Amino acid sequence: MQGTMTAKFSEEMLKRIEEILKRYATKRAAVLPVLYLAQKEFGCINDTALAAVSRALKISRADVYGLATFYSMFHEEPLGRNVIFLCDNLACTLLGAESLRDHLEKKLDIRMGETTADGRFTLKNAECLGACGQAPVMLVNDDFYEGLTEARIDEVLEKYK
Amino acid sequence: MRIADLIMEKILLNRVHLENSRSIEVYLAHEGYEGLKKALAMTPKEVTEEVKKSNLRGRGGAGFPAAMKWGFAAADPNTPKYLLCNADEGEPGTCKDRQIMEGDPHELIEGMIIAGYAFGAEFGYIYLRAEYPRLVGILETAIAEAGEKGFLGRGILGSDFNFTIRVHRGAGAYICGEETALIESIEGKRGQSRIKPPFPVNVGVFGKPTVVNNVETLSNVSHILRKGGKWFAGIGPEKCPGTRIVSLSGHVERPGYYELPMGVTFREVIYEHGGGIRDGKALKAFIPGGASAPCLTSQHLDVKMDYDSVAAAGSMLGSSALMVMDETTCMVKVAERLTRFFVHESCGKCTPCREGTDWLLKLLQRIEGGQGKEGDLDLLGEICDNISGKTFCPLGEGALGPVRGTLKYFEEEYREHLRLKGCPLKAGIGNS
Ligand SMILES: Cc1cc2nc3c(=O)[nH]c(=O)nc-3n(C[C@H](O)[C@H](O)[C@H](O)COP(=O)(O)O)c2cc1C
Ligand code: SF4
Ligand code: FES
Repeated sequence: MQGTMTAKFSEEMLKRIEEILKRYATKRAAVLPVLYLAQKEFGCINDTALAAVSRALKISRADVYGLATFYSMFHEEPLGRNVIFLCDNLACTLLGAESLRDHLEKKLDIRMGETTADGRFTLKNAECLGACGQAPVMLVNDDFYEGLTEARIDEVLEKYK
Repeated sequence: MRIADLIMEKILLNRVHLENSRSIEVYLAHEGYEGLKKALAMTPKEVTEEVKKSNLRGRGGAGFPAAMKWGFAAADPNTPKYLLCNADEGEPGTCKDRQIMEGDPHELIEGMIIAGYAFGAEFGYIYLRAEYPRLVGILETAIAEAGEKGFLGRGILGSDFNFTIRVHRGAGAYICGEETALIESIEGKRGQSRIKPPFPVNVGVFGKPTVVNNVETLSNVSHILRKGGKWFAGIGPEKCPGTRIVSLSGHVERPGYYELPMGVTFREVIYEHGGGIRDGKALKAFIPGGASAPCLTSQHLDVKMDYDSVAAAGSMLGSSALMVMDETTCMVKVAERLTRFFVHESCGKCTPCREGTDWLLKLLQRIEGGQGKEGDLDLLGEICDNISGKTFCPLGEGALGPVRGTLKYFEEEYREHLRLKGCPLKAGIGNS
């Protein structure tokens, strides 16, 4: 907990928060966008991030924590440099998502939810990414890869360092 | 003649294949913002009347008449009013709203502006699911373009109508697609459903009258204004006109998304548009409307794709996510996979849903894994009955769809799992 008393956003982030606040009728409504900013600035939603959000929006830290844990996009531990979300909902499972999971786990030598030792990849499963017509699908950082095969996965991973 | 032959052109996806289809220049060159110009020359009431004539029903799942919702919000004296576009697209199997937003964002934006004018909203938000990060930029660019041309902001096109649109990115919770949970989420709270009444049209976001409409619903609006409510009402079934973007997935030759008139049969969608079942295999089951919709089988291929017909067949059209399964598919596994989704997404607020879905999953896993016991099937049914009608929000009810549907049509396959102490389909799901 030490250090969180002074936890603050950078000047640049505070300016962005000012902009975000203009979009909503209440301060509280800015909390999701501000949590996204905090995750970017602090790497994850740790104590420092919670304290900074709490201070910026005048919401209690416990309250911010409750939100951060409700929404699956926020994480308490830092993730790898690149995050792979592999869909394993029905449409993707029907077209082989389970064997692609095995392939990824083996190739990266980690299990679902883990990060490689070199910090290059975190592997997560996702519930329907909204690309079922092109299943099986994964999202790497901000980009979709559809119609996956093992070979295509190997090729895609090369792009991410 | 088939209905599909009657409408020669697409409505919603008629621009997405153009080069630079997202840009406002291309949009303007193809009838863009013509509907808005027409609307602004009418009174808000007249605009709502025109949409009422079209009989446009909500595409988010429930099929509620759009004009009626707008009328309720307009009648409430409280201001300012809000329009929330539901772009959470979370129902597994669904990938339709993304096609519109990615390929033709102005179609949605124009529809939102017209809707806002019709019921007197000043502020619009697009609640976008977190898993579509690239769309944030695409939508914000389009919103900025529309602002530069005077379609958004203060005094739109010389009128006294003011309207702004903001993109609000969700953060990964299926329940936030439910309209009251979505409202809580925009307000910066945990996405947990509210008790109705009061309804959002009276007490919605920030306590103000609020309309929540799906992306596909709103994207039809500019076309209705441009070509008239009567034109729209003439497409497909009288009670549920217009087109539908079907998200077709699973074991078909040509999966993808297809804009088809309401009222085509599932046979036509699967066999003509989708090219039939992959590798010449036989159809085993299909889910007509996303994860919450109970499955149907080959005996239902001639059911028409509209809300009322699918409901009469014992399922629901929901988001028109059509998931197709061939003869190699294990239906216990299908139920298990979808139930896992609901366990993950249950918000935990009420016991029947939180505990009940978890129990369903444990039982399904045990049956699929070959450790099922005599009586497990009765137990599954009992747990369903204990959830049904006893949950706080509709997610709990939706969670029963996969179990009830598969039990109804494939009880024998469940029994075989018990008898053989394992899955009778060696190939299993997804291994083909
Ligand atoms: C659990 C649950 C999830 C839902 N998810 C969505 C969704 O992702 N997108 C959507 O448009 N509607 C969704 N709905 C329906 C909305 O509550 C609401 O009815 C709809 O957005 C209204 O828009 P419409 O009248 O234009 O259809 C969901 C409903 C429930 C119960
Ligand atoms: S039914 Fe499920 S999702 Fe809905 S309030 Fe209850 S626990 Fe939450
Ligand atoms: S099931 Fe994988 S993208 Fe929808």
